[in-house]
Amino acid sequence: MTPRKDLLDIGSLTPEEIQFILDSAGPAKEVFHRPVKQAPRLRGKTVLLLFYEPSTRTSTSFEVAAKRLSADVINFPVATSSVQKGETVLDTVETLEAMKVDYIVVRHQRSGIPDLIARNTRASVINAGDGAHAHPTQALLDAFTLSEVWQGQWTGKRVLVVGDLLHSRVARSTSAALHALGVKVGILGPGSLVPDYAPGHLERFRSWEEAWDWNPDVVYLLRIQKERQSEEFFPSLKEYHRVYGLTEERLRDVESRGTWLMHPGPINRGVEMVDRASQYERSLINRQVENGVATRMAVLYWLRPLGAALERGGGEP
Amino acid sequence: MASASLTRSQTPVDRGSDRLPVGTSRLRPPVPAERHHANEDLVLDEEGVRWAVGRLAEEILASPRDGTGLAFVGIHRRGVVLAERVLAACNRAEGGRDIVSGTLDISLYRDDFDNLGTIPTLRASEIPFDPTGRRVVLFDDVLFTGRTVRAAIDALMDFGRPARIQLAVLVDRGNRELPIQADQAGLNLDTERTDHVWVNFRETDPREGVFVVRGLVAPPP
Repeated sequence: MTPRKDLLDIGSLTPEEIQFILDSAGPAKEVFHRPVKQAPRLRGKTVLLLFYEPSTRTSTSFEVAAKRLSADVINFPVATSSVQKGETVLDTVETLEAMKVDYIVVRHQRSGIPDLIARNTRASVINAGDGAHAHPTQALLDAFTLSEVWQGQWTGKRVLVVGDLLHSRVARSTSAALHALGVKVGILGPGSLVPDYAPGHLERFRSWEEAWDWNPDVVYLLRIQKERQSEEFFPSLKEYHRVYGLTEERLRDVESRGTWLMHPGPINRGVEMVDRASQYERSLINRQVENGVATRMAVLYWLRPLGAALERGGGEP
Repeated sequence: MASASLTRSQTPVDRGSDRLPVGTSRLRPPVPAERHHANEDLVLDEEGVRWAVGRLAEEILASPRDGTGLAFVGIHRRGVVLAERVLAACNRAEGGRDIVSGTLDISLYRDDFDNLGTIPTLRASEIPFDPTGRRVVLFDDVLFTGRTVRAAIDALMDFGRPARIQLAVLVDRGNRELPIQADQAGLNLDTERTDHVWVNFRETDPREGVFVVRGLVAPPP
């Protein structure tokens, strides 16, 4: 597969490219089981983690993935940096460019920042989540997790996405990836949260009853983005749980139907789902975390910064 | 030593370098079949490949064992096929039963990533045994610059510390860029850098044989 420079969203990937990442993620997992849990693909390369929004699981996942490929990883401490003195994103990027960083993993509260950075640096830029826009590596790891479950058989499969769709970059990216692979995606959320501009190929449900009639194979619970909502879209978290959350009763439905359960994490217990759901034997939530490292390894394996060949003094780029 | 003695009318030249003692009988050399394409030479046909595989198995079994366990490791993709075939041949022979095997994908160990037009899909390496203390024979279809084998050695060393690493290939086409040699080669070809040599196996391709195309700029599809 021809390498790209950046991974900014799912929409820019062809189905073949998505499949390439999924096909490479499985073998990347194998590196975890060796005596030497490392391979030299990114030896001598620098991966910079530029997280303007807090995250432990995603930034750690990228850090582990990069280190398994022998990269040097630098965690740019935004909270204590000159960014707090008002340094703009592009000024920060210019500084990083001068330090010859090869890969930049960016998470930012405003949509479009990773794209802006990508257009102003030779480094490969990976979007680790920008505003409510996109989270492509989450989508890829979700797709990879399901490809393991379904052995790559996508036709006829149905995934129900439940939650705060308006504010969810995960919903956007994951539904786009699954749709590209031929999976039917349905969405369920409070009326005010289901955007009118949702793509036409999504099935929309107003209640769990309607959604169950559709017979989903997977229930994908989204996080309630407490930190990203500026207005109250529903009266309380308890109310959300009662109407849209995975209650005890709905968990029993899931169990009796054998539906797979997914969640991007971290879980708001008692809101998106009852505590007991994380013990459900068909919960893929922990698998998603493990697959996150493998998927991010596959992405880092594939991308190529600009001028890589020229720097090495190699032949034609 | 396994250099094919082709009839003099064939373009490939028998290099005749003796790296191992000639301890086994020379079987009837392969007779190439008719051409498939106008500018393609079939230098080893299906029967010739079978013959070469047999020779490799013979020679590997003939070399002294000195008490170390033997392991065959095929380099993806076609080296894996070759290793399986030689293993099957060894299993049919005497003293060839206790050979363990594995596969290596060298994608993560290549030295040419910055210049590759296409990134190959990653495949899993499977080494279900500890290579430490064993004699490991690496298998590949074609030995050319030696860079693939260098990568394979590095990959293998991440799994353990073999007592010895040896190399068995179906075709040695010369033009080495690194100080690497094959311990066993089914066929030696004298080639130019601009020639293209490839091996097809029925497990991975529509046909079987060793083919050469001379002086092409880009490899044929």
